[in-house]
Amino acid sequence: MSTSRKSPAVFDYAPAPESRAIVDLRPSYRLFIDGEFVDGHGQSFKSISPSTEEVLAEVCAADATDVDTAVKAARRAYNRTWSRLPPAERGKYLFRIARILQERSRELAVLESLDNGKPIRESRDVDIPLVAAYFFYYAGWADKLAYAGYGPDPKPLGVAAQVIPWNFPLLMLAWKIAPALAAGNTVVLKPAETTPLTALLFAEICQQADLPPGVVNIITGAGDTGRALVEHPDVDKIAFTGSTDVGRQIAVSAAGTRKKLTLELGGKAANIVFDDAPIDQAVEGIVNGIFFNQGHVCCAGSRLLVQESVAEEVNFSLRRRLKTLRVGDPLDKNTDIGAINSAEQLKRIRELSDVGEQEGAVRWSPPCDIPDRGFWFPPTIFTEVSPAHRIAREEIFGPVLSVLTFRTPDEAVAKANNTPYGLSAGIWTDKGSRILAIASKLRAGVVWANTFNRFDPTSPFGGYKESGYGREGGRHGLSAYLASNDDGPDS
Amino acid sequence: MYGLGCVSVSQRLDVRKTYKLYIGGKFPRSESGRSYAVTDAKGEFVANASRASRKDARDAVVAARAAVPGWSGATPYNRGQVLYRVAEVMEGRAEQFAAEVAAGEGLRLSQARTAVSAAIDRWVWYAGWTDKLSQVVGGTNPVAGPYFNFSIPEATGVVAVLAPQDSSLLGLVSVVAPALAGGNVVVAVSSQRRPLPAITLAEALATSDVPGGVVNLLTGSAAEIGPWLAEHADVNAIDLTGVVGATEGDNAADAELARDLEAKAAGTLKRVRRPPLSVTQLDSPDWAAEPGLSRMTAFLETKTVWHPIGV
Repeated sequence: MSTSRKSPAVFDYAPAPESRAIVDLRPSYRLFIDGEFVDGHGQSFKSISPSTEEVLAEVCAADATDVDTAVKAARRAYNRTWSRLPPAERGKYLFRIARILQERSRELAVLESLDNGKPIRESRDVDIPLVAAYFFYYAGWADKLAYAGYGPDPKPLGVAAQVIPWNFPLLMLAWKIAPALAAGNTVVLKPAETTPLTALLFAEICQQADLPPGVVNIITGAGDTGRALVEHPDVDKIAFTGSTDVGRQIAVSAAGTRKKLTLELGGKAANIVFDDAPIDQAVEGIVNGIFFNQGHVCCAGSRLLVQESVAEEVNFSLRRRLKTLRVGDPLDKNTDIGAINSAEQLKRIRELSDVGEQEGAVRWSPPCDIPDRGFWFPPTIFTEVSPAHRIAREEIFGPVLSVLTFRTPDEAVAKANNTPYGLSAGIWTDKGSRILAIASKLRAGVVWANTFNRFDPTSPFGGYKESGYGREGGRHGLSAYLASNDDGPDS
Repeated sequence: MYGLGCVSVSQRLDVRKTYKLYIGGKFPRSESGRSYAVTDAKGEFVANASRASRKDARDAVVAARAAVPGWSGATPYNRGQVLYRVAEVMEGRAEQFAAEVAAGEGLRLSQARTAVSAAIDRWVWYAGWTDKLSQVVGGTNPVAGPYFNFSIPEATGVVAVLAPQDSSLLGLVSVVAPALAGGNVVVAVSSQRRPLPAITLAEALATSDVPGGVVNLLTGSAAEIGPWLAEHADVNAIDLTGVVGATEGDNAADAELARDLEAKAAGTLKRVRRPPLSVTQLDSPDWAAEPGLSRMTAFLETKTVWHPIGV
């Protein structure tokens, strides 16, 4: 499946699908509790391939009793093994896991693209290499925590409840599990309902690594399972990545408890292009910013702010570039944009895009062939967007870019900050001093200058304002999983 | 002595102070017109304090928000000097602070002087942190690619502080100064029963170089004003330390207030510094101990900037 391109008919690409034979899909998957795969007591559900709607597998759902069993297993493992293990040994388990992740990387990449719908080029070159890198990075911290700046003898919290989204299933698992385990905690993790399969393959990797039972527990299910997990009285820590609405509910439920809480929530990032920016580079950055992973990225550059004097040039180049994007089979190595993760998400993208048109913005997509089956949405640009439009304010979480313009740097900053979110932002300019000045004024946790959507295990990631609190990655990411002595007597 | 009458003739009636709120660098009464009697530890009347209302809290947040760009944008060196200046001015009023602390907390004057000295020294300690925090909690990140990547701490913005109920000056300074050191501005609710040192501190702030609105001090009930601050969409963070002892009830009522405020703060995902409470008890911290970093870092955001490396 490739796009038909109206631009001069150069050579078309032949299909180049990655083989899915490397993945040994099983008809059904079970919960991973206390080192073993067990049946769940909830209503089991099906995980489908969003690009074909074929059923990939039947997956068990954890009900409240399964959640309780998993938390108890994690508590037991914390008390009996994990917290007693010499830190260097803890680290060696994580190194071991990192190596197995590398060894099985192609299998994981194919499974991720099957279950999530993202292009194999991204799962193979971005997601899975980063997954291994996060484990490798945090493995090294396990026996060096006293040097992390959180007091001479920082202690783990205990049992961490972790709930992750469907946009980067295994990468989000790595962001959660690697620092938690390195700091000495045990975990119960719930992957998203639509993308549970790589997490369950990760459970097998834990078995291959001989990780002590109960240190990592993976329970699958929908929102009810997640709620039962974060509200379980015996968890010491909640780490959540997902929507701001759910994040709020979790913050309310954790009120009055001693559960430590970190939230990585929604975003509506501004990607600011100044008139002195190298336009071709900026266009690549804009495309990467919003169309990477079908725009299913909380830090996506979904609001393009272009300086008025170059707006026409940027728009022209952007449209030309969009015509070359290839929408289609996630397993094809030439695919740029894969499938929308679920029917539900596709519905939301369609709704908000329709609202964009109704409110007066101008919609444009390149001509492209959309497969007959599966969930698809063409790369879409809205121009003549005003800051009051819903498509400029609400997170669409899809391949939809809203283009706004500005005249002065102050106006750019004001418009960029005019959102309750504050996760990320981009700046495109040739002027170094301007980068630093604008970066310091943007209320966002990650600022990319002349680049976008870069991630690294050493680099803290997380938001300002209603994009949540706490950081993941780097030295800062450890503090989410430590009860440090440095908090002073009054904490 | 020639006659008793001489004594009364020579005795001068002292000029008492009117204790008011401190909002936006000014000293208004509560817009509600309310006040309440403040007594010393023995129950003797000392003064009437303003009882701040919801609207006073909102006025304070407006003043605080207006002060954010100037204070958070000042150089750390400048902020350090301004905060040090506060300690200088406090030192000059040490006896007044000591008298108020002794009366309010029921301490001997010598004990009160010790607490005042500690409060001044605490202010100096935080003044020295302003230009070091970034080096201690920020840094460069060695990413695997051609990028210069660094993380720096930034102020979260407007911090609402419920100051301790027991330690009326040292406790207050210990919760206000760390937020300021990181570049935040503060709306603080003082100890309800012992509010006088807070207003005297406001006088020290007003006569040092702290810009109006950077610190706003409200006297009154944390249980009454707290919910409005916790819900206010233009407040970025809330410190619940003063919940301990804030209700007329027992620990359970305090804990319930803490839970309610935290749940309200969740509405806009505020950063919350929980009170020092465990499941079974609420405890007042040892304010004399060295504080550590956490009262500063609780109200800091980490910003990470990526910049390509290339020729």
